Amino acid sequence: MSRPPARFTATAIALHWIMAALLACLFCVGLYMHGLPLSPWKLRVVSWHKWAGASALALALFRLGWRAAHRPPELPAAMSAAARLAAHAVHVLIYALMIAIPLSGWLMSSAKGFQTVLFGVLPIPDLLEKNKELGEALQQLHLGLNLLLAATVAGHAAAAVKHHLLDKDDVLSRMLPARAGRLSR
Amino acid sequence: MKKSALPLLLLGLALSAGARAAEMTTVEADKSALTFVVREMGVAVDGRFRRFVAQVRFDPARPAKAQAAIDLDLASIDTGSDEANEEVAGKAWFDTRQFPQAHFVSTGMRALGGNRYEVNGTISIKGRTREVSAPFTFTPGAAQSAFDGEFVLRRADFGIGEGAWADFGTVANEIQVRFHFLAKAGN
Repeated sequence: MSRPPARFTATAIALHWIMAALLACLFCVGLYMHGLPLSPWKLRVVSWHKWAGASALALALFRLGWRAAHRPPELPAAMSAAARLAAHAVHVLIYALMIAIPLSGWLMSSAKGFQTVLFGVLPIPDLLEKNKELGEALQQLHLGLNLLLAATVAGHAAAAVKHHLLDKDDVLSRMLPARAGRLSR
Repeated sequence: MKKSALPLLLLGLALSAGARAAEMTTVEADKSALTFVVREMGVAVDGRFRRFVAQVRFDPARPAKAQAAIDLDLASIDTGSDEANEEVAGKAWFDTRQFPQAHFVSTGMRALGGNRYEVNGTISIKGRTREVSAPFTFTPGAAQSAFDGEFVLRRADFGIGEGAWADFGTVANEIQVRFHFLAKAGN
């Protein structure tokens, strides 16, 4: 067995940060648009949110595939078994939510009778029949899963900062874009 | 082949003329439907009207004498969301407080061949009247007969969706209106 890499691949790093930015935008736009009164602006923002959400789902699936095909660097040897378990659990939960959240949004749109047409040109099939009650239940689920993601990401980020500042290991730096003189192998 | 088919064809015509002699006069509103498709941000969204009264006198053998009239309760619209139902009742859309109903009155009908016909008439919405023409099919049945047709209504012609909504980029101008009326002979 070959030695595990010291850093993530450039692709994994790019996917991590692009998705972090995309999901943060989606989360804020989702909260913002929910409070808007019905207007042409709201119709536009909701469509953009749906297009970005469908793109995030595609990116998440690609990222899962990349993760399965590329071995990530190992966690620092000094970490306790409990800390390792917590780290893995959080990573699995975030991956699961990155799939479940856009899926719940897609299903919610279907149930509410508003099909998702990616970028206004590519129709994504409706998975559910129009059903008002189900649409509202899925909207609550979409919100709940998002709040769970926000809490999980906050814990994930706090842990990364703790590793960097208190444990003084490379858990955070190996996920940062490579700088001059410290290129990834 | 052509020669031998001609008597059969004549017989068929004679039989169907006999079967179609009844004039359709009573529209069964609860079994009929007025629906529409509007494109929002390029996405087709379905809607319908729950309350309307349709009157029709239609004998397929004499389409020129046929008549139809529809009174439509605009507040009975179902756009798919409560928020949108409230919005379209407002001044920028139907202004249902001032104009609670839409009306259609036929001015003429003609046969297009087979079971296809065309109805011409006027539609009045929000104080504006426009001419409209809609092809439809007539499907005779034992108990009821069906009228199915559709036409395109341009919302700007009637001031449906003014102000911020006047831009066709979010809500398209062309609205596909579909009707399905079940009618029976007699009263």
